[in-house]
Amino acid sequence: MEIRMEKLTKIFISKDKKEVRAVDNVDLTIPTGKLIGLLGPSGCGKSTTLYLIAGLLRQTEGHIYFDEDEVSEMPPEKRGIGLVFQNYALYPHMTVRENILFPLQNLKVEKEEAKQRTYEMAELVGLQEMLDRKPKELSGGQQQRVAIARALVKKPRVLLLDEPLSNLDARLRLQTREEIKRIQRETGITTVFVTHDQEEAMSISDEIVVMKDGLIQQMGEPQDVYDFPTNLFVAKFLGNPQINVFDGEIKNKKIYIDDMIVSETKFPDQKIIIGIRPEGFNIDAEEKSQLVFDVNLVETIGRDTTLIIDMPGQEAGLLDKKSFKVIVDASYRIGSGHKVHFTVKPDKMHLFDLNGELLK
Amino acid sequence: MEKKNNWRAWLYLAPMLILMIVFIFYPLFNAFVISFYKDYQPLLNQRAAGITFTNYTFVWNNYFFKAALKNTFVLAFVSVPVSIVLSLLIAVALNSIPKVKAFFQTVFFLPYVTNGIAVGMAFAVIFNKNYGLFNAFLDWFGIEAYDWIGSTATWGRQITALMIFTIWDSLAFKILVFASGLTNIDKQYYDAAKIDAASRSTVFKRITVPLLSPLILYISITSMIGALKAYNSVIGLFGDKLGGKPRDMITIVAFVYQYRAQYANIGYYSYAAAAAVTLFLITLFFSALQAIVSRKRIHY
Repeated sequence: MEIRMEKLTKIFISKDKKEVRAVDNVDLTIPTGKLIGLLGPSGCGKSTTLYLIAGLLRQTEGHIYFDEDEVSEMPPEKRGIGLVFQNYALYPHMTVRENILFPLQNLKVEKEEAKQRTYEMAELVGLQEMLDRKPKELSGGQQQRVAIARALVKKPRVLLLDEPLSNLDARLRLQTREEIKRIQRETGITTVFVTHDQEEAMSISDEIVVMKDGLIQQMGEPQDVYDFPTNLFVAKFLGNPQINVFDGEIKNKKIYIDDMIVSETKFPDQKIIIGIRPEGFNIDAEEKSQLVFDVNLVETIGRDTTLIIDMPGQEAGLLDKKSFKVIVDASYRIGSGHKVHFTVKPDKMHLFDLNGELLK
Repeated sequence: MEKKNNWRAWLYLAPMLILMIVFIFYPLFNAFVISFYKDYQPLLNQRAAGITFTNYTFVWNNYFFKAALKNTFVLAFVSVPVSIVLSLLIAVALNSIPKVKAFFQTVFFLPYVTNGIAVGMAFAVIFNKNYGLFNAFLDWFGIEAYDWIGSTATWGRQITALMIFTIWDSLAFKILVFASGLTNIDKQYYDAAKIDAASRSTVFKRITVPLLSPLILYISITSMIGALKAYNSVIGLFGDKLGGKPRDMITIVAFVYQYRAQYANIGYYSYAAAAAVTLFLITLFFSALQAIVSRKRIHY
């Protein structure tokens, strides 16, 4: 099932009567059978978008289609969606079995078939042993899987997950995200999930959609978005540690950071913002490059060494100095206080204009 | 807490404790004792002539006590469930009209802050045979004027009027409790139910009621106890005759009061005490029964 949004807009009126455009004129097509992550900082409109698809919120303007079927004006129960809530919303007084059975009873599915489908779903999420337990007798991860089973049992056209991993501890999170991926693969259902955690989104999504202020910033396969960000926001939002951002300048087809030549370029002269990924630096052992920094701090963890270096161009004696990070192979033995020459890997460097848009 | 500081705790508790002992614990205990006294007439300076069980057999065989039991039970077992169902429905309905909810909540809560006797007198006018609103209302449906609370009213009509009044009077508090209980239910359950294609009645039966069940239990126990103690409503509606025909609507508490205070103001203390202890046992029995039944039915 392909989900298509056309000029989708949702305006909330806040208490002081101001309009908030939570989702602003969004055109987005979510391809069939894929696992899509809606990613963005809190308040970016990603959950609103999800609830608009679910029908729990009604759009102010615009249209939503499931394939050729317009669902914009349909109530949620008619749309054929399964929704997993952030805190699962399992009915506390019902057993796992009753929770999964509940949608089927409402849809008047024949008893034997409903029983069969409930069991199949429990099997899919690996909870066939837990059918007679109450939600509060299950761990967070198990509750999550009950919620997924309840959402899938009525064979929805689309599965929607609202921050599916945010209520789990770190270990369960890893486990559950593999689980979600597996369930999505096995059922082949078009799945949209919302998260503010870029690592989570990048690790399991077929494609990610980065949002900010109700607008879509970029959509694509996770690695593509990481490698080719269309603006500074996307570049900064993806990647941990964050991309390093420098004030720079282009003069005579050369890129400068604080009077040091970084590399050459075809772009005309202008002031620019330079983003370089922490892993985007090479150490120039011959010490020929002009890009030289004093290493401030060194952290070696296993195979990587992180060099922490003061941002160039800051006044001396500034109390809260900004610094940036360079990740190099741990085989380089570098101590704090060393002067190091760097070259920059061209594909790890992104040039933006002063508005944060990628130079083209 | 260290031992030497204990006297402080007792000191702070003392005012309440003394009042409770003097006005609650001692009278409770004493009522139990008095119920076994033989020929006890304190106002005639006649002390107990021994211990006996005849006070109980007298009360249990008394015509008015049997009438009181019947009236009280009908009130408790009909008006309590009806008012719980009604108040639950009203609370749910209120919840679905958020804009005017506060206004209607106030309207429905007004009876609670109004004096029961005064309201009873208003209802006495409503149920009046000749110029009451109730008969005027029935007249629209072509039903002839009945005597509901007067001297020619049948027992059935009197108890109907009494129950209508009792239910109306008890709705306020229940609606308040249920309305606040409803606002405590996570809205996500309703969103989830909507997506699960649950109809309104399914949502009410399978989500709202189970999630409110601890409150429903609390309300049913307290209002059951309240109904078993019915007295004010009878006085309010019928005056101290306790009925259209005297004592038609007598309740257990009214029976206790009559034997305590009347008969030339001398009273039969031991009969009143025996009836009161009987009421206590009945109340205890039904409260325990409800608690046990609900322990099996409320699981979360």
